[in-house]
Amino acid sequence: MDPETMHRLLNLTTLLSAALILLVLQSVRREHIRVEYSVSWLTAAIVLLVLSRAEGALGSVAWWLGIAHPPVALLLIALGVFLLVFFRFSIIISHLKDTNIALAQRVAILEYRIESLARTGPAQALARPE
Amino acid sequence: MIIIPAYNEEGAVGGVVQEVRQVVPRAPVVVIDDCSTDATAGIARLAGAEVLSLPHHLGLGGCVQAGYKLAYELGFQYVIRVDGDGQHNTSDIPRILDTLRASGCQMVIGSRFLDGDRNHTSGVRKLGIRFFRLVLRPILGQRVTDPTSGFVGVNRQALEVFSRSFPLEYPEIEALVVLQRRAFRFVEVPCQARPRRAGRSTITTLQSIYYIVHVLLGVLVNILKSPWRRRRN
Repeated sequence: MDPETMHRLLNLTTLLSAALILLVLQSVRREHIRVEYSVSWLTAAIVLLVLSRAEGALGSVAWWLGIAHPPVALLLIALGVFLLVFFRFSIIISHLKDTNIALAQRVAILEYRIESLARTGPAQALARPE
Repeated sequence: MIIIPAYNEEGAVGGVVQEVRQVVPRAPVVVIDDCSTDATAGIARLAGAEVLSLPHHLGLGGCVQAGYKLAYELGFQYVIRVDGDGQHNTSDIPRILDTLRASGCQMVIGSRFLDGDRNHTSGVRKLGIRFFRLVLRPILGQRVTDPTSGFVGVNRQALEVFSRSFPLEYPEIEALVVLQRRAFRFVEVPCQARPRRAGRSTITTLQSIYYIVHVLLGVLVNILKSPWRRRRN
């Protein structure tokens, strides 16, 4: 990879990282993303921004990974970081779905029991069946 | 208690409720309305059922589990699930209930295939059912002819387990594994199936591959997590 292409790729990564940081901060400011969920994105974007500007550090990481071209190493790191972010959000979404389902079921059951109370009176509605 | 999970079944649910009330007049009949966009809840009420209305659509597993949770909280000993599409022959309910009481099994499955294959299941589904019979036999340690049947009866022990943990999508097969991992027993009784009275199946032919992958993964997860939970408990 010639130095010009390498610099172009690194500059592009810098721009994209900066854009991501701005987008996340703007989304947090507008309350589209909660602060706790912006941390993963900001961390990922800052890591990429720093690596794309610190060529020496990126070169060391690429050497450590056994990759001849530092921009390729940066792309691999970006892929890994974003996969981790997606995985974290999958865990959060799964947990939210579970709690959401439990909550919906609880609301439905409480409504059912309130309706039963209104219809039959407390003594009948709370009576245990055989 | 008889629970009838229903989603957009206005064409069938009224008839199902009426049939159930004729067959088991003393049992409470509760339709669990999975936030239908049609008149399912109103028609069920008119037919004489009580309605547990979910505030938003949860899918079959969440819908059935809501019914199990309600029955468990209200202290019922036996619950029979009948689908709201009219495919289950309600005259089979007493057989399921009697078997549940007499056998001591935690679950009784109404099988469409125990007395031969005289039902209205499509070709692709039959293939899927045969596949899962083969897969489940070594896992469950017994033959099950209709692992995808939604016509099931459970006792209070199974109710307690399902109230805490129940598969959310395509729950029937995974539920069997959940019970087996707790050393619970189940038995099948022959039941008849009928064509749907109205509406459309929730599982189309195109979804079958997703269904198989999803259920296989669910079975695997249940096998992997159960020993750990048993040790913890």
